[in-house]
Amino acid sequence: MRIRIHGADEIRASEITPERVYLDRRRFVERAAMLAAAAAVPPSWLACGPAAGRAEETTVAGREAKATKGRGIQEQDWTAVRSELDEPLTPWEDVTTYNNFYEFGTGKDDPAKNAHTLRPRPWSVAIEGEVGRPAVYDLEEFVSPHRLEDRVYRLRCVEAWSMVIPWRGFPLADLIRRVEPSGKAQFVEFTTLHDPDRMPGQRRGVLDWPYVEGLRLDEAMHPLTLLATGVYGRDLPNQNGAPLRLVVPWKYGFKSIKSIVRIRFTETMPATAWAVAAPREYGFYANVNPEVDHPRWSQARERRLGDFRKRPTLMFNGYGDQVAHLYAGMDLGRWF
Amino acid sequence: MSSSARRTRAAIKAVIWVSALTPATVLIWRATHGGLGANPIEEVLHQTGWWGLVLLTTTLAVTPVRRLTGWQAIIRYRRLIGLFAFFYVTLHLSTYLVLDQWFAWAYILEDIAERPFITAGFAAWLVLLALAVTSTRGSIRRLGRRWQRLHRLIYLAAGLGTLHFFWKVKADTREPLVFAALISVLLLARLPAARSLMARLRGRTAARVGREVAER
Repeated sequence: MRIRIHGADEIRASEITPERVYLDRRRFVERAAMLAAAAAVPPSWLACGPAAGRAEETTVAGREAKATKGRGIQEQDWTAVRSELDEPLTPWEDVTTYNNFYEFGTGKDDPAKNAHTLRPRPWSVAIEGEVGRPAVYDLEEFVSPHRLEDRVYRLRCVEAWSMVIPWRGFPLADLIRRVEPSGKAQFVEFTTLHDPDRMPGQRRGVLDWPYVEGLRLDEAMHPLTLLATGVYGRDLPNQNGAPLRLVVPWKYGFKSIKSIVRIRFTETMPATAWAVAAPREYGFYANVNPEVDHPRWSQARERRLGDFRKRPTLMFNGYGDQVAHLYAGMDLGRWF
Repeated sequence: MSSSARRTRAAIKAVIWVSALTPATVLIWRATHGGLGANPIEEVLHQTGWWGLVLLTTTLAVTPVRRLTGWQAIIRYRRLIGLFAFFYVTLHLSTYLVLDQWFAWAYILEDIAERPFITAGFAAWLVLLALAVTSTRGSIRRLGRRWQRLHRLIYLAAGLGTLHFFWKVKADTREPLVFAALISVLLLARLPAARSLMARLRGRTAARVGREVAER
């Protein structure tokens, strides 16, 4: 079993498989076997009973028996994993305790403190709009046709901090092909769960709930665009957008909508949450761009969590080779 | 001054010193025990700025409290509280210049010139600097009536500081609005009508206390 993406010719394998692994053939074989094994095992929530849960433990932990002890994220050794730019991963601890998810409070540590109320199962996802096969899927049916992959992506927040995160998920393009959008579909709109009992932050009108995000269809079809169900080889923790979230690595983090319940194909550009809240500050595109400042702060540099000094922000967050063509001829200062 | 009055004054000053230095101590303890979270510099910025605003607001509350309670001596502690406000705001600015920006002057000057929230914050610090420098007994003597006028600028500093906070937050404006409300109330308390109201309230309270004592 290999880790690869169909129809992604412009992406070098080194951008998906960690580079060190890619370069070292012997270790590549070992590592790829392990990652693929982990990815092929359904996440625990797809399991119907305790037996399936044990199977996962045996498969993954069994292969890693010599290297690790016990359960937890050590089931897989992530310490050597790097991004394609040879960046180390942001630790699990930081990824899962520091983020924005206003549905659970506006502080960076609020999601980790408050998201226990979410209850990510049972969960259903509605496919609506300009699409050949509209349906409401149970999460299991929604995810099970897809092979899950581990992908290491940079995440750049509009607030000028960033992380490197190993997501687990499948390309949104695969889903889109499966549901057959009609010729009229130009955009894809995503909606987060709206349930103030499970998302207490929604009791206050900080944003116009529910949270809505969107992509142009070609952006949604881009092989880098991921629907994630996990991080660090495990199911997504509630605070990171369980059980299903978007990851669009060349755009600011707020585009990567969490806890998705509806995916709608539309003819017109969706009204997205932050663009509605502050249209002067947040646009529909929200591509990472060091040359277009946020009206209140510079986007030229960012602080990678764990670093002391700021680093220059890369155009399209370092994914320009893959995505710049999507915006050829567009005035990115205007379409920020 | 009697020795007991002197002891009371020393005790109150000690309480102010300990209370005002507690947030800084907690911050240092958290920093040395890995307790500042995933983005420690941001947390230090937030904490020092927040406590600067709290102490600024406290400084502004001294005169209204004196009018309301008749506790005249409270005015003696205003300068100390004000200087602690300046201390935290200076820590806040230093954190930005050193830890956050690491002396990247080109970016810092661009921030001050082009980002309104940083312009407001920096202006607030400049005002507080002028007030701190002229807070000595010598300055009060030298400046005479002008000293009072100059030091009314503390309202400007508090307003700019709150604006700085308001412009910084993305969507959750609750905390900056609470500061804005408190500062507005404390500013309104300076108006003659509010002053006479407070004096009446005090008189009534004093009379009632007097009656209750007499009846006993």
